[in-house]
Formats: sequence, structure tokens, C-alpha cells
Amino acid sequence: MRMHHGKTTAAVVMVSALALAGCAGGGDSSGAPEAAACEPSSEPVELTFTTWVPGMDEVVKLWNEENPDIQVEVQTGPNGNSGTYQNFFNQLQAGNAPDLGQIEYDALPNFRVQDGLENIAACEGVGNAGDQFIDWTWNQVTFGEEDAVYAIPQDSGPMALFYRADLFEQAGIEVPTTWEEYATAAEQIREEGAYITNFPRSDVNWFAGLVWQAGGEWFSSEDDGWEVNLTGEESTQVAEYWQGLLEDDLVSTLPSFSDEWNASFNEGDQWTWVSAVWGTSTLQSGAPDTAGKWAVAPMPQWDAGQSAAGNWGGSSTAVLKGSDHPYEASQFALWLNTDPEALALANELGGLYPAASAGADLEAFAGESEFFGGQAVYDVFAEASENVDPEFTWGPTMTQTYTDVSDGFGAAIGGESTLTEALQRGEQQTIDALKAQSIPVIE
Amino acid sequence: MTTAAVPQSAPEKPRSRGPRQSIMSRSAAMLIMGVFTLYFLTPIWWLLVTSTKSGGDITGTSALWFTPDSVATFFTNITGLFAYENGLFVKWLLNSALYAGVGAFLGTIIAAMCGYALSKYEFKGREAIFNVVLSGVLVPATALALPLFLIFSEVNLTNTYWAVFLPSLVSPFGVYLARIYAAASVPGELLEAARLDGSGEVRTFFTVSSRLMAPALVTIFLFQFVTIWNNFFLPLIMLRDQALFPVTLGLYAWNSQISQIPELRTFVIIGALVSILPLIIAFLGLQRFWSSGLGAGSVK
Repeated sequence: MRMHHGKTTAAVVMVSALALAGCAGGGDSSGAPEAAACEPSSEPVELTFTTWVPGMDEVVKLWNEENPDIQVEVQTGPNGNSGTYQNFFNQLQAGNAPDLGQIEYDALPNFRVQDGLENIAACEGVGNAGDQFIDWTWNQVTFGEEDAVYAIPQDSGPMALFYRADLFEQAGIEVPTTWEEYATAAEQIREEGAYITNFPRSDVNWFAGLVWQAGGEWFSSEDDGWEVNLTGEESTQVAEYWQGLLEDDLVSTLPSFSDEWNASFNEGDQWTWVSAVWGTSTLQSGAPDTAGKWAVAPMPQWDAGQSAAGNWGGSSTAVLKGSDHPYEASQFALWLNTDPEALALANELGGLYPAASAGADLEAFAGESEFFGGQAVYDVFAEASENVDPEFTWGPTMTQTYTDVSDGFGAAIGGESTLTEALQRGEQQTIDALKAQSIPVIE
Repeated sequence: MTTAAVPQSAPEKPRSRGPRQSIMSRSAAMLIMGVFTLYFLTPIWWLLVTSTKSGGDITGTSALWFTPDSVATFFTNITGLFAYENGLFVKWLLNSALYAGVGAFLGTIIAAMCGYALSKYEFKGREAIFNVVLSGVLVPATALALPLFLIFSEVNLTNTYWAVFLPSLVSPFGVYLARIYAAASVPGELLEAARLDGSGEVRTFFTVSSRLMAPALVTIFLFQFVTIWNNFFLPLIMLRDQALFPVTLGLYAWNSQISQIPELRTFVIIGALVSILPLIIAFLGLQRFWSSGLGAGSVK
């Protein structure tokens, strides 16, 4: 699932403040996890599952046919950040949350510190399910805690470089393999009257994906609190790099996923896009006139010869606190995210790129893609997926962090500030936000 | 969704009988009105034009004018919209009609009776009650959504029709309007006469007073209808089942999924156009009653 850090309405923000105020102090990120006993129910069970993946009801139908005693009802809502997360928090407070919910990786820590997730490590088959999933996704759902599993990884978004093979060839420009070459190519492409890519002010999670690739880490959860570090060496390196491209007018600054953004891809004004695996369908729908002209290469590297990749997006299936049937819920979540038939259908209808290691072998990812000039693009992403640093932790207030950093990015794009300053301010505002919620911070 | 301008119930200021307004000031007024009309109508025009385009044409063609095959595309879009997910959109429209239609109707009756009672009966604490109701106008509905959610959770009514319907019945502004209008348009002597003729209070209200208050009632109804129709935040918090969504929330949910299912872009746009039609119809249909009331008031 791609994570559009959407613009939540002022109202949502306001209510979230109210809701958080109500929960503040209740959260404890370092509390010793206790995997409660997880026993099957002796009677038929009905579960509710809230998600926004299109077509999920069809996938669940498969389960319901095979499991007459564990019937799952799918409830579809808006995107997580567009309201569904806030609803989960409200429902958790009222004690009527659904049994299962879709939660993106960057929102999981928030639910964890608010004690909104059920520890399902003791449930059959869950504790040792880790080897069925790509390493980094499993770390996201365990938070590195012992005897703890808070969700089952669903999908991921390994990143690579989409580029216009035809234009690069016509202009005689080499496809960049390092970020240095990428900057050189940016200048050459600008001379052709186009842009190498677009710098999105609101996709802070995209930027985080680049920092992730560089080996940086924005958050870490220690025994005595959270460490916030948006301004580490790697983050600064990435920020200064893009600052340079912005200052030299080598990248455009359109609002991403907007109509004009789509149009600029469709009309050949953008030559590359460093994006996640789901970008394949974004390009196909947004830039239909460019079919057959794209290709995919691994992300440019900071050091030549390396093969580090970042990740942008992805979500998990969590069992929410207060579920009466954690056993059945965990069995469903496991099936949903490992069963080949379920994965294939979720990919076909919902465009999910599975977090399960075996997912890369799905038929849908085999063979050549016409849109990409006959290239077997998913091989590139499968490899990228293996090269994502398993140690990357999201913070407990990502919505706030995204908003604040995005505001700073906006100022940097307007020339009033820089990306580095945006990260500095974002770091301070995040620390303030954590403190305001009584979440311990190590400074 | 646009919120259409709300009609004012206060009688229009009679046209100035004094020295003729200068042409300058009249044309200035016309100019300002023209600019605002353009400002409000352009988005609707865009919506109409864009709903006749498909996928790539939305960005690829002139934003404010049609393409050659507009008519055909419009019908393809609208059939697609109504067929998508087994007619989910129709379900949403019906839900909205139910929430807004029934909600506004009952809400108007309640507000009218309440305002009428506050205006025509003297009892202890009347002003206090009125002030409490009036302060309700100042509290934004958004701020009440979360408390309402927690209350409805207590009685297990979230994610039901009632969760959106019941809060929609309340209109403090309607009470205020009804009281002001009842004071101005229902003469006390008339009520005396009705009582002498042996009419009960309730009967008097429904047969005599409510007729005199009709213009205000239409205004309250329209106002409440628009408010409920456009209400988004309460359903967002209360409802999980797509089958209960009003059209606003449904379109919002679709819109948040555009990047995953690009075909939804077309449906969100044409869906937005279809969803404002009932508001336009309600206004044009009820305008007659409402302006005849204005006229009746001003020639007194």
C-alpha cells in the first residue's frame, strides 16, 4: 500500500489532539510485552476487519468459504491517514474497535505506544512466522521486542529507479547508477528542456525512503525512551543533495500525484522517478501515452558498486486491542498474508506487493511487462526488496512529523529555507510532540 | 461539495425611494455581484465540463471546455458510476436522501415547535433555555462528533443509521430562526381568537401558526437539508459499513483511493456533480414558497 501522507483536515487534527490528550500517559513504549495465552474459541466466531485495499472483500470470500467457523466481515473505509487511523483510536477508546485493522508500518509505533495492538506472539504459528517474511517487514511488526508480534506484514514498497529508456538513449545520456551520476544527468536533461524528476514537498515518507537507503535512521526505541534523529549524517547528506538540485532548478516541484504531475510524466517532462514497486501502476494510469518507453533500474547508490535500496510504503494486518478472538484473528491474518492464492488475488485486485518472501514468486510478477518495453521489472524490485536495510524504525507520531517536515520542505522549495533546516525543525517539533504526549524522549 | 448560499428570511430591504442611486454605484454593485457569481459558478462549471471527460483527457485537454466526444463520454461515465461495485453509489445517494430528507423534515418540525413555544408562551426559565439553545449555534458540529461517538458507543449505536440520523435532528439555529419569525409573524390576537374558538394548542400550531411561519420553515428545512447533506465529519467518525455511508463520505473514501484505482478519479468527479443535483433541485423547488413568503411580509 502506498502511503500517501495525505492532508488530513484541520478537524481530524483537532480531534486527534483531543483523543491523544485522553490517552496520554497510558502509552508505554518500553513496557515488558506479555504474550497472553492465545486459545481458540470453542464456538463459531465472527470477526470484523477494516481495510482500504480495493478488492479485499473478494480475498476474504476465499477464507470464509474454507472456514465456516471463522467468518470475517470486511469494512472498507478511507485511507489510514485520511481518517481510518483516527477512527481506530476513537474506537479503541470506546472499546469497540474491529478485531483486525490495516495499519501502515509508519503508523504501527503510534498504535503501539497508545497500547492499541494485541500481542499475538503466543498464537499458533505466529511466533515463528518471521522467516516467511522479508526481514525488515518482520522487524516492523515486532519492534525488536522479545516474545512480541503485534501485526502480520502485508505488503511492502521496495524502491528502484523508473526512467525513460527512449529519451535517455536519444540524448545519449548514461542511465545513472550513483547519485553523483544522477546529478550530472539532471544537468544534461535540464539542457534538453525537461526535468530529471520531481521533488515532492508532501511525500516526506519518500524522502525517508531515500534516507533509509543511505543507511540513516530517524527514530530508535530504547529501553528508557525514544531517540529522534532527523538530522543524522545520512539525512543531512540526502537533504543537501536535493537542496543542490532544487537550487539549480534541476528538479520540478509539482504537487505529487496531482493532475499536473501526471501530465508532466505523460508529456515527457519527467525523465525519471525514484519510486516504489507500486509506482508501476501509477505510471501506467497517469502516463498512458508513454507506454513501452519506461524501464526500471536499481536505485542510484551513494557509493559505486553497492546495492542498497530504500522502501516507500507498505502495511500490516494488526489485531487490535480488545479483540475477543485474538487466536482466530491471528490465524486469518497469517493466512491473508502468506497463502499464495490470497496473495495473488490481493495483488490482482488491490495491487499489493506482498511482504511474504514467497510473494516474489507469484505468477503476476513473472515475465515481461509491456509498459516497460518488455523488461521483467519485478525482478529488479524483488532484488531491491532483499537489499532494504532491516533496521529502520518509524516514530510514534509520524503524522505530525510528516506535516512539520513537509511544511519545512515547502519553505525550502519557496527558497525561504533549506531542506536541512526543515529536518532540524521537524526533529525539534517531533520531540515537543512526544513530550506533549508524555512519551519519554532521550535527548 | 459546495454549500449553496443560504436564503435569508429577513424581509428584503425595500428599494430606496430617495434620490436615484447613481449609475456608478449601481454598476459597482453589479460588478461585485458579477465577480462573486463567477467565483461561485466556475467550480461548478469545471465539474460539469470535467465530468464529460475520461482518464487522460482530464489533464490533457482544456480545463473549462468540452471535448468533441463529450456527450458520449458523459454517458459512459455516468453508467460506469452507477454500475461500479453493484451500484454502491446509488445506495449512498439513497442514504443521503434519507439522512437529509427525513432528518431535515423532522428537524424542522422540532425546531419550529421549540421556537414557537419560546416565542409565544411565557414560562419560567424561558430566556435561560433560549440562551442555552443560542449558545449551541456557536459550538461547531465538528467539535461534538467525538463526544457523540463515545456516547453512541455506550449504547452500541455506532455504525448504525441512527448514529448519523439522531444528531441531525437538532438545529439550534433553526430554533433561533423559528422564534424570531414566530414573534414577528404570528400575532398574539390570532392565537387568542383560536383559543376562544376552542382550538387546542397543538392544533393551533399545526393549522394556524405553522402556516404563518411557512417561509421560515422552508428556510430552516433548506438550511438543515444542506447541512445534513454536506455533513461529512460525523459519518466519518460514526460509520464503518460502506452500505451506510452518505454520498459525501463515500466520495471521500473513493477519492482517498484514487492512486490505487485510477478509474475512480472519473467517478469521484461525476459523482460530485450528481451529488449536488439534489441540492440544486431542493433550492429551485422550494424557492417559490420561500420568496412568496418574503413578498407577503414586505407589503404589509
